[in-house]
Amino acid sequence: MPLIIGMSVLLGCQFLGELLSKGFAVPVPGPVLGMVILLVGLLVNGHVPDALRKSGEGLLRYLTLLFVPAGVGLMVHFELIRTDFWTLIITLVLSTAITLSVTAKVLDWLARRYTRGKQQ
Amino acid sequence: MNLASLDQLWVYLSGNPLLSLLVTLIAFILATRINRLLGGSPFAHPVLVAIALLIGFLLITGIDYGTYFQGAQFIHFLLGPATVALAIPLFDHRERVRRMLLPILVACVTGIGVAVASTLGIGLLMGAQRETLLSLAPRSVTSPIAMGIAEQIGGIPSLAAGLVLLTGSIGCALGPLIFRMLNVKDPSVQGFTMGLAAHGFGTAQSFASLGAMAGAFAGLAMGLTGMLTAFLLPLITALFGL
Repeated sequence: MPLIIGMSVLLGCQFLGELLSKGFAVPVPGPVLGMVILLVGLLVNGHVPDALRKSGEGLLRYLTLLFVPAGVGLMVHFELIRTDFWTLIITLVLSTAITLSVTAKVLDWLARRYTRGKQQ
Repeated sequence: MNLASLDQLWVYLSGNPLLSLLVTLIAFILATRINRLLGGSPFAHPVLVAIALLIGFLLITGIDYGTYFQGAQFIHFLLGPATVALAIPLFDHRERVRRMLLPILVACVTGIGVAVASTLGIGLLMGAQRETLLSLAPRSVTSPIAMGIAEQIGGIPSLAAGLVLLTGSIGCALGPLIFRMLNVKDPSVQGFTMGLAAHGFGTAQSFASLGAMAGAFAGLAMGLTGMLTAFLLPLITALFGL
């Protein structure tokens, strides 16, 4: 039964998120709004119910498997990928390197300043 | 058993959702084994290997993607509730988040801005087509969110999902090198950066190689980046005039 209750909570939040997203034409995917709704619910509730934790962490443990069906969809785009192949590879590698460097540097600097400021 | 009945059997099975569901699970198990044999290399990430195996299988058997997806959609569907479930690790680390809220938010918005702007900028310079660009834009966000965003801004969801996966493995390969070059040693900073730039792949790698603290920060970065990107990306693409 816990698995069913947990799944109902997750699907319920997603459903509310989809309603908000479509109903008010919010430019954010329904599941993301569902995540916000669940987070607010958890903050109000004060703890994660066991049933929810069981099904939620079960899903997150196998998160990588859930990407597979969509990834296989790459085969439909072989043409698009072939025309833009080098563009895609170079863009992905360069911008990932830039993102990693800038984020690491900015957070490292901020975290050090911030914690030092707090100690004074 | 004669040949004709074998033929009919195959026609029946190949159109049945059961086959694609089963094949997906088997491919994932095989891919996990292969990855372990190769010493856990990020370039042979189980997801990438599983996708390659399945594409090979579909091309050889001549099953088209639409037929395959009729069965695989049962797995795909779970991405929705899994996205919702990301609220749980976020909630678990709310104390640490509250303490580091300002640095985290600033780093997160900066990181997202840099990720999207550098992707669109380099892509535009290299002359990518509009649809490709819009599918590239959400590439550093975890797949379920990226697919939703790509759909909203006019990209191709399944292409976006594939690019997200590639970004994840590239990030896992580059991350440790870049941290060493920049002399960044704090595990929470490393974890957060991996989660922001390489989503679920980065989070998994942080848990495995940098410890629970880095993993928690990576999970936080992944959730936060997903959420903020969903709000910020339509604005940034509008700035680029796409």
